[in-house]
Amino acid sequence: MSYLKIDHVDKSFQRGGATTEVLKDINLVIDKGEFVSIIGHSGCGKSTLLNIIAGLTPVTTGAVLLENKEVSEPGPERAVVFQNHSLLPWLSVYDNVGLAVNKVFGGSKSRAERHDWIMHNLDLVQMGHARDKRPAEISGGMKQRVGIARGLAMEPKILLLDEPFGALDALTRAHLQDSVMQIHASLGNTMIMITHDVDEAVLLSDRIVMMTNGPSARIGEVLEVGLARPRKRLELVSDRTYIAAREAVLKFLYERHRFVEAA
Amino acid sequence: MSITSIEAIERSNGMGQAVLKEAEAKVVALPAAKAQVVSLPAAAGKPLSARLSPWLKSVLVNLLPPLLTVALILLFWQIAASGPQSSLPPPTKIWDEAKDLITEPFYSAGTQDIGLGWRILVSLQRVAIGFGLAAVVGVLLGALIGQSVWAMRGLDPVFQVLRTVPPLAWLPLSLAAFRDSQPSAIFVIFITAIWPVIINTAVGIRNIPQDYRNVAQVLRLNQVEFFFKIMVPSAAPYIFTGLRIGVGLSWLAIVAAEMLTGGVGIGFFIWDAWNSSRLSDIIVALVYIGVVGFILDRLVAFIGSVVTRGTAAN
Repeated sequence: MSYLKIDHVDKSFQRGGATTEVLKDINLVIDKGEFVSIIGHSGCGKSTLLNIIAGLTPVTTGAVLLENKEVSEPGPERAVVFQNHSLLPWLSVYDNVGLAVNKVFGGSKSRAERHDWIMHNLDLVQMGHARDKRPAEISGGMKQRVGIARGLAMEPKILLLDEPFGALDALTRAHLQDSVMQIHASLGNTMIMITHDVDEAVLLSDRIVMMTNGPSARIGEVLEVGLARPRKRLELVSDRTYIAAREAVLKFLYERHRFVEAA
Repeated sequence: MSITSIEAIERSNGMGQAVLKEAEAKVVALPAAKAQVVSLPAAAGKPLSARLSPWLKSVLVNLLPPLLTVALILLFWQIAASGPQSSLPPPTKIWDEAKDLITEPFYSAGTQDIGLGWRILVSLQRVAIGFGLAAVVGVLLGALIGQSVWAMRGLDPVFQVLRTVPPLAWLPLSLAAFRDSQPSAIFVIFITAIWPVIINTAVGIRNIPQDYRNVAQVLRLNQVEFFFKIMVPSAAPYIFTGLRIGVGLSWLAIVAAEMLTGGVGIGFFIWDAWNSSRLSDIIVALVYIGVVGFILDRLVAFIGSVVTRGTAAN
């Protein structure tokens, strides 16, 4: 039995009589605990696909099934870590995570348990020290950590990451990638990540879903990354499997599905 | 549109002030830093006058120009109104005739013989009720038309027409409806103050970033939670701009309304003074109104800056 099943999903947007087909016949099955990256050139509809899984965007035809139940609206069991962190600027770091925890566990956990759970998740991303700071007072990487903590705190069945490190510098990005790998290893969450960074995809993923260029983007290829975990960034640099996987993704993106408009 | 642009100007003004203050703060901070470098006891041993001087300087810099302006205006006024044919009293005559009004705002010697402070309080009470209602109803209606496209299509044209009706034009109608001056005056305040609140709230809510809406959707916040946890905080800067314009307008309207409805308020006092040719009293009352209006405006602005501290600093 599949955990998450994306079944013949098409998506088209209509604007003033004109119809743009964004996604065409997307089929994907994801197992519990798997880390899947979706990679493709910008504009290929990978964010749309993530929004469909999140339930933020309705499908045109087809369906998304999570544990055999159809996804029709957003919900905390499919938590999203947004590209630009989307923390509420008027709430402290603690309250941003607290908003999610109180909503999701308001009925099932006591006040003290919820407090512990908020702090547990902040500590998980090493942000416990900044609990009383507001988002404007912390760096971009820290904001994204809090965004991840908020997502994890909902105890989602699937954590959806929409280019979570896209706006960060290379060093911060590497730190956060390591954090996400650790969290994935210790909690065993199912995670789907959108990215346009080949190294990031190979380093983090069990499978890489490569999408063709839009309009009418399809899944071009799915690559299994057969690297043992835990993975170490430095050791992988010269690892043959790593290099081969990297090469396969690069070839897909820059040979067979070159982004024509980006000349 | 006009209200939005006012708001833009106010915001830029606010920024300008902030920058100015920062610059001043830097000027102040420099000597202190130097003192620390030399030695701490030396700094403590400085004479009081030396330590006070930066503070005194900033007070003078801020207070002297307006005081000077007022003095110049009074002087010019004194000269212009001193002629024998002058129809308006000069400042010295006002002081002679209306000294008790200025020095004793809270005396009470009968139902109509009371100090201006009491009258202002009566007017303020009407404004508080009318403006309070306008704030609550305005934010709710603004939220409705900001959130729902259909509500906006239906209500916005009506609001745009109604908001151009001058406050006093509502008075006969409300007198006919309420048959009493007190609720009529309050209604006029309400109907005057509500439009900028509605329109600014609606703009603020239409400008809530999609990200925040997505967060709310993923968390499955219900309508009430969304209103209090996302909508109001996110639109707070806009809401407070509307409230600030609204409180100014209601203070404008109360004086005019009270002139017509009578009673104890400051507006009626002016009308009464005019009927008994006490021009000096009128001028004193005008100053009272101006000062109170200024304080009201600053009060709402201050509350706004405290409440929106987090939202603005994104």
